[in-house]
Amino acid sequence: MATDSAGQSAPLRVESSGSETILALSGTLDDAAVARCWSRALGAARTSQGPVRVDCARVDSCGGAGFALLVALAEMAEERKQSFVVDGLAPQFRSMYDGIDRSKLGQTETPQREKYGPVASVGQAVADRAAEWREETEFVGEVGVGLAGLGREPRRLRLREWWVMVEKAGTNALPIVALISFLMGMIMAFQAAMPMRQFGVDLFVVNLVALTITRELGPLMTAIVLAGRSGSAFAAEIGTMKVNEEVAALTTMGLSPVRFLAVPRVLAGIVVTPVLTVYSMAIGVAGGLAVMMLLGFPLATLMHQLSGSLRVDDVLAGLIKSFFFGAVVAGVGCLRGLQTGAGAAAVGDSTTRSVVTAIFLIVLLDAVFAVVYYQLKF
Amino acid sequence: MKEEKIIEVRRLSAGYAGRAILSDVSFDVRQGEIFIILGGSGSGKSTLLKNMIGLYPAMSGEVLIRGENMIGAVGAVRERLLRQFGVMYQGGALFGSMTLAENVALPLEECTRLPREARALLARLKLQQVGLGQFADYLPSETSGGMVKRAAVARAMALDPGILFLDEPSAGLDPITSAELDELIRALSRDYGITFVIASHELASVYAIGDRAILLENGGIAAEGSPVQLRDNPPNNYVRAFFRREPERARAA
Ligand SMILES: Nc1ncnc2c1ncn2[C@@H]1O[C@H](COP(=O)(O)OP(=O)(O)OP(=O)(O)O)[C@@H](O)[C@H]1O
Ligand SMILES: [Mg+2]
Repeated sequence: MATDSAGQSAPLRVESSGSETILALSGTLDDAAVARCWSRALGAARTSQGPVRVDCARVDSCGGAGFALLVALAEMAEERKQSFVVDGLAPQFRSMYDGIDRSKLGQTETPQREKYGPVASVGQAVADRAAEWREETEFVGEVGVGLAGLGREPRRLRLREWWVMVEKAGTNALPIVALISFLMGMIMAFQAAMPMRQFGVDLFVVNLVALTITRELGPLMTAIVLAGRSGSAFAAEIGTMKVNEEVAALTTMGLSPVRFLAVPRVLAGIVVTPVLTVYSMAIGVAGGLAVMMLLGFPLATLMHQLSGSLRVDDVLAGLIKSFFFGAVVAGVGCLRGLQTGAGAAAVGDSTTRSVVTAIFLIVLLDAVFAVVYYQLKF
Repeated sequence: MKEEKIIEVRRLSAGYAGRAILSDVSFDVRQGEIFIILGGSGSGKSTLLKNMIGLYPAMSGEVLIRGENMIGAVGAVRERLLRQFGVMYQGGALFGSMTLAENVALPLEECTRLPREARALLARLKLQQVGLGQFADYLPSETSGGMVKRAAVARAMALDPGILFLDEPSAGLDPITSAELDELIRALSRDYGITFVIASHELASVYAIGDRAILLENGGIAAEGSPVQLRDNPPNNYVRAFFRREPERARAA
């Protein structure tokens, strides 16, 4: 119906008899035809000296676009206080045309949306932040209580669902964590080996790599990868549930969304992150050793150096952090998911926010740990 | 005119992930008629509709729209077929970031050369046709479920397609709005010869508008005919139970 039959004559002829302007329409008034004559028709109506008559006697069929044209012409004539008639429209189109209530067409309610001036919007932003702080504090508390509750009543954990979460956040992350850690170790060893060779201490690259990877980079990289792949997934999943009113359904069933959705995910994060971290440490150190072997050191020498330099404390220091990182990544993902507003775009926003907040908190936490460990001489 | 076949469904089998929901379904839709797909909840009405519009790759069979197969159509053929029909999804599927008017204007913007003011006016006309004239500037999230449905009908009609597929247009509407929508569907079919394929189980509306209907049951067609005729002369027990709104229990007895 919407196809334009090419080669057809122009659907509009403008004539004038006396002071009257006649717009003769013809053929099929579909969108293509109307698009061709829209501006000419309105132009003719705009410059008419007297009454405007639209002659539709030769119109075969009139689609929505045709009616839009007729209405636009009528509006124009009304604005210019000239009389306007539509002639010769076939009865079925006539009834459609008459059914259009032009008086109501301009009447649209503007929806009430909150709008603030510059001062008010600053205030609103502060109030929003404050409300968020409150929400976030409550969330932390509720997750804590929920975890403690699970400690007392482990059977409340829906094990099968939880296991899927562990698998998705943990097992499926193994390849990417391995790749990043291995490359990390390699790059570090390579970059350090060159300057240290100048001083003849390039064997100590092993100490450097072992220490940095176990204390800092292993936990950090694992947490960041997790924030990107699992924290964001939690946010998107819970955010979609929020948009679909599934979260509301939980609430009305008397279930707490935090306990039902967030607690198992946070638990999964806490369980999975340390395991991934240890794995990342081992592979990172292996990456460093691989570079050293390429640089000509025998494996036995390297292993000796490694066992002489790496202390259990270092691994432990990294491991303790990773528990907190895991909780933060999973917790932030769930929190941002639960804070999702309405609509598909809101899910995207909360996913972004989950990753940004998680990475920020990870780095902050890492700095705190650096200070604490230093003070404790750990 | 009403005898010409516009859609032919031939031995269509469809389902999800290997689980057949419909098997070997065949029927025709004639030019200009209002064709109703009836069936209980979960009987596969939406599935049939989505396969007819080529949204899923059917397991087997074909759906001919004006003689061209929709199933597996690609490229220019698919584009041409898509321009011939409009679809209203069961959930409305309006874009949440756009107002109702923008939703309706979107296909106009992408598929026609109409100037901006013409598109805006046309979108408003379409919204007025479904009784939403004054809500043109609302976002879908600011309207009710029934309003979203009506706006979705308006969007499906935006390009004046020859065929409209509607998935449960009147479910969730109040009786008056529902009757107005029925009136609109009848007027469009009468005045424009638009063919409707409507999945529904709102019996009152089905009697009011339906020219012909099929009743889906157990993956097949349990009955075919005009709704009133099916109600008055049910060919089997299921059909009778369906139209008399008898519970399952009564049917088994
Ligand atoms: N995406 C999907 N994946 C797997 N199975 C599905 C999917 N969508 C629907 N089904 C199954 O297909 C069957 C038919 O569903 P369909 O949505 O077509 O029903 P319907 O007749 O439209 O029901 P209603 O009246 O409730 O809308 C149901 O048994 C459902 O379980
Ligand atoms: Mg359905």
